Amino acid sequence: MTTLNQLTVADAAAKLANRECSSEDLVAAVLASIAQHDQQVGAYLTVDAESALAQSRAADAARAGGDIRPLLGIPVGMKDLLNVQGQPCTCASKILKGYVAPYDATAVAKLRAAGAVILGRLNMDEFAMGGSTENSAYQQTRNPWDLSRVPGGSSGGSAAAVAADEALATLGSDTGGSIRQPAGFCGCVGLKPTYGRVSRYGLTAFASSLDQIGPLTKTVRDSALLLGAISGRDPHDSTSLDAPVPDYAALLGGDLKGLRLGLPKEYFIDGLDAEVEAKVRAAVDQCRALGAEIVEISLPHSKYAVAVYYIIATAEASANLARFDGVRYGLRVDGEDPIDQYGKTRAAGFGQEVKRRIILGTYVLSSGYHDAYYLRAQKVRTLIRRDFDTAFEKCDAILTPVAPTAAYQFGEKISDPLKMYLGDIFTIPVNLAGICGVSVPCGFTSEKLPVGLHIVGPALREDVILKIGHAYEQSTPWHKVKPEIRGQKSEVSGQ
Amino acid sequence: MNSPDKIDVRYVAHLARMHLGDDEVARLQPQLEQIVGYVRQLDELNVDGIEPTAHAIPVQNVFRSDDVRPCLDHDAVMRNAPQAREGQFIVPKIIE
Repeated sequence: MTTLNQLTVADAAAKLANRECSSEDLVAAVLASIAQHDQQVGAYLTVDAESALAQSRAADAARAGGDIRPLLGIPVGMKDLLNVQGQPCTCASKILKGYVAPYDATAVAKLRAAGAVILGRLNMDEFAMGGSTENSAYQQTRNPWDLSRVPGGSSGGSAAAVAADEALATLGSDTGGSIRQPAGFCGCVGLKPTYGRVSRYGLTAFASSLDQIGPLTKTVRDSALLLGAISGRDPHDSTSLDAPVPDYAALLGGDLKGLRLGLPKEYFIDGLDAEVEAKVRAAVDQCRALGAEIVEISLPHSKYAVAVYYIIATAEASANLARFDGVRYGLRVDGEDPIDQYGKTRAAGFGQEVKRRIILGTYVLSSGYHDAYYLRAQKVRTLIRRDFDTAFEKCDAILTPVAPTAAYQFGEKISDPLKMYLGDIFTIPVNLAGICGVSVPCGFTSEKLPVGLHIVGPALREDVILKIGHAYEQSTPWHKVKPEIRGQKSEVSGQ
Repeated sequence: MNSPDKIDVRYVAHLARMHLGDDEVARLQPQLEQIVGYVRQLDELNVDGIEPTAHAIPVQNVFRSDDVRPCLDHDAVMRNAPQAREGQFIVPKIIE
């Protein structure tokens, strides 16, 4: 039997509308699931149950009064770098221990305006720097499909919570793959919207020319529902685009006839796991069977994307993280003078990966090196963007793997930063080009680990990649298979 | 200027206003040089005449009207201050 916490957002909204359950029932079921599983999974840093239940009761009262907003009473979990008024926002860093957000991020405010219940703080790599959530200063998050493996990252808590039915849906952030890769590792749907589609106001900045907020969900339809709720121009974020927000969920449906899908010849590389490649190629065949035309394309500069990314992202991070100096918020370690105070505070407050990236970013921007590294990287970024412009003349969307491997064991890559960075090779080019991409489950390895299909679209064509993802998902069984946690096996049948 | 791939980690850490222990410098030195060695592959591309990309979506000169609007609650902001008095942040003495 399906319990309420296992529902999709769309199904829960229907049940609420039909008065088959209340928002309080829904939130209580999610809280019970957290109590039951999160000891093992470790997705949440904090859960304010009292606040969530109070919000749910308010939603139920509103519904009794005739309120029919689409997300009314639906609980949504938040990655710990999105500000929620009155809640902690630590970015999984010791330097922000005890910080209480004085305002709502715009994405959070928009979800509230749509009626959603804001629930819990989800674990992540410190300041979103990492691909396994092992860089959290607070706790490990385990992959619900195999507790000895990482959930991916940096939005590892957001993905694990959805996979473990400890949330109906969550928000994460994606700078180089931080939504799509954990979604792939945990078998859920993760969307990185076009740069500017969603306001970043209230998202703690990592790399400002790359960061985007997006949803992690159980289905493509839920992804469309949440994207519609959080998108749009915001005066608080000058990079947010003044483009109409379509009803993404209403645009789903139909087959893939008339769509051309590009397969980049450079992306089926050495180092791509054979099982992952087989699953992705089978997904490509399935898209063909659904009516799509598959065309070969070329993205010749993508092989430079990781190098470009680790210059641009670290440079921007070194500037953005300068604000953590012990003056206005967070940790302070006293020093003899202000400079000594900054140095001691930052030494004590930041973890190893954050320090590594601040040093690298400061180095590539430093006098004498700026042109050789940063400016050159920005120019190669132009070449990577042009590759996509050219490719999208031949196709409507691009299919690739999300990551070269399925979820790996704890400790496997953490000691070798470069190896960890190369895990983002398929997702990073999308951030550099500012376009959109979605990870959709496309099967399991022989060890029953999820594999993700990465569907990439042109700027502001989330409607296209969601339509493709939805058609693929609805023709395959993968999204209905649930992980076994603590020896409990359950499969949800039908929708 | 140093040789291109030799990083003076202590100097860069000073620029970043971040103290590092000897053990951290020893660990970071080879890691950073490995990463910088990797990113040097960009040198093989000819980028003459290529415009740099600062933002992927070209949006420029975003203005708003200069109106008085509500700001964050002062007390809620100051509650996060490590040290504060009378609504002000306290910092170490800068000028003797």
